[in-house]
Amino acid sequence: MKFVLDAEQRLFGETLDKLLAGAGTPGAVRAWSAGEPEPGLALWRSLAGAGVFALAVPESAGGAGPLPVELVTAFHELGRHAAPGPLAETVAAAVLLDRLGGPGEDRDRGFTEFAAGWLPRIAGGAAVVSLALPPAVPYALDAGVADLVLVVDGDELREAAPGTPMTSLDPARRLCRPAPGAVLATGPEVRRAAAAAYGMGVLACAAQLVGVGRRLLEVTVEYAAARRQFGRPVGEFQAVKHHLADVLVGLEYARPLVHGAALSYGSPDFPRDASAGKAAASEAAYAAARIALQVHGAIGYTDEYDPSLWIRKARALHSAWGSPADHRARVIASLTTG
Amino acid sequence: MDLDLSSVEPFRAEVRDWLRAHVPDPPPPSLETEEGFTAHRAWERELAGARLSVVSWPARYGGRDATPLEWLVFEEEYYAAGAPGRVSQNGINLLAPTLFRHGTPEQLDRVLPPMASGEEIWAQAWSEPGAGSDLAALRATATRVDGGWLLNGQKTWSSRAAFADRGFGLFRSDPEAGRHRGLTYAMFPLEAEGVTRRPIGRIDGKPAFAELFLDDVFVPDRDVIGAPGEGWKVAMSTAGNERGLTLRSPGRFLAAADRLLALWRERADPADTALRDRVADAWIKARAYRLKGFETISRTEDVGAEASINKIFWSELDVALHETALDLLGPDGELDGDWLEGYVFSLAGPIYAGTNEIQRNVVAERVLGLPRDRS
Repeated sequence: MKFVLDAEQRLFGETLDKLLAGAGTPGAVRAWSAGEPEPGLALWRSLAGAGVFALAVPESAGGAGPLPVELVTAFHELGRHAAPGPLAETVAAAVLLDRLGGPGEDRDRGFTEFAAGWLPRIAGGAAVVSLALPPAVPYALDAGVADLVLVVDGDELREAAPGTPMTSLDPARRLCRPAPGAVLATGPEVRRAAAAAYGMGVLACAAQLVGVGRRLLEVTVEYAAARRQFGRPVGEFQAVKHHLADVLVGLEYARPLVHGAALSYGSPDFPRDASAGKAAASEAAYAAARIALQVHGAIGYTDEYDPSLWIRKARALHSAWGSPADHRARVIASLTTG
Repeated sequence: MDLDLSSVEPFRAEVRDWLRAHVPDPPPPSLETEEGFTAHRAWERELAGARLSVVSWPARYGGRDATPLEWLVFEEEYYAAGAPGRVSQNGINLLAPTLFRHGTPEQLDRVLPPMASGEEIWAQAWSEPGAGSDLAALRATATRVDGGWLLNGQKTWSSRAAFADRGFGLFRSDPEAGRHRGLTYAMFPLEAEGVTRRPIGRIDGKPAFAELFLDDVFVPDRDVIGAPGEGWKVAMSTAGNERGLTLRSPGRFLAAADRLLALWRERADPADTALRDRVADAWIKARAYRLKGFETISRTEDVGAEASINKIFWSELDVALHETALDLLGPDGELDGDWLEGYVFSLAGPIYAGTNEIQRNVVAERVLGLPRDRS
């Protein structure tokens, strides 16, 4: 097992980093927040071109996956650059569609065709998909810009109308209460597929959180070294140093948990490992956001200064795809029933 | 690097089987007591007989040339089996790595085999009354004499020194040189003319450490490690070992987290979600440390100052884990037992091997690159 990224995986991360840095991502995020999704959608297509969404779609359906380690590498960069859109939702939907519609004699033919239509479009970046999996994921993120909105309700999978976006903490996350429409599939396999999709969403979101935390630490270290008060950089003060050291400790131990979950993808331990990663990543990224805000001071509290993009996202993702308490409960449940 | 976890399964099974057959039951008394120290020394001898006391060392010194992965696996099995604490840990975790890097072949041949067998137990002698976190402020001296050095001064908070055989530490050999220069790394006997040791009761009264008064204690040249005057560099070159994986391996916390989970199942009110969250966190963090360990041994570059990140993490995990156990035990948490012993031991973690405040400075300045304090 590879507990560190290999050269190719590192290069993939660096490629995405350059792509996102060169694409004016903060501008796209702000436009997305203002209801102008076009720059964000252009970015989406570039990411698809780099192979991001194909990582969650199996080769048989026009993708390259599942490649969970590459996927967490990608989502780490998506988090580092605060990329907008229903990213985790789309890769989770890919798993849902594949589980229910992939090859298998007991499959519903109609749904197989439905899935076969959407999966290659997801892989290629032509489809943005939003997904609600209540109770942990009750709202459909960015449903208004999605080409397909899916809702699972118990044993039923339905297509849904997007509903109206609600005001929320991170304006780049436009949460909608979807209006369920036609039933696409029913039966206990829907529940199982939804559980698999949830695992993928949790993994992607956890990786995104580590990336969000990393970027917050990077910009805060930079700021603390440059910002002068009392005749010296504030980063010289131990009170500031110790805060930032603690942020690094949190992130450095969340990352291996997320990587470890990617390594156990497909095994019976995966749901437990993904939850362990998400709980740790949520706490580490949120701590990074709190300290980033504190060290930046008043300027960090402003909307116009870019760190706000990550500070808001850290809190929002902290509870998206299950809160840390939900995931701790899942970890304990898996350890005490196994 | 690819770690092949399945390839170490035969080794894991061998260690597990041996431990199952040999781990003493009931466990020996606390190693921080005279009686317990003797029992733990006997246990080291038994471990060494199976060539399991220092698995990562070369065979010629009593080890079996285990890979880092095998060592991690050994540690997992060791603590999962509930085997006794390692009374020789200061020697094997702190002195031995220094000898492997800076020792002469003669020193390795002479010092390592009796360390591996438990015949010689080593105590560390870093701190002094005026030199704790600020180790370079140390004042104990080494004075040149014919064929060696005379040690003078006072060392304190010296772990295991109440009952150990030999000590190692830094001494100022050139009083004119700067703080970090003119220090010499020496090994010295504890049962010798000129050595007075006074056991110091730990916070729970057990004599876990001692203060040492050295009055013209002779040390021959062959017991100096590295060049005289270069002691700081010699000591610091392996300080990362103490803060990194080796001093407190992941296996220790995995085993403790599993025991915590068992305690939770046995004692907890399932409705107490606050305690449940803390149990989950302990398990998650122990797993994080395990994965981080695999990551660390997969890397080819030296982890350097990053070792400080580990030290902060495991020492705080250890305290949190034991606090959770005591909270689960409620009124019984006050009674002597494994959890209380572990708790008292954990309280020292954020202090020894460089306080966590010093580690945070190291992380901030050398890993994150924040400006050094000029005041």
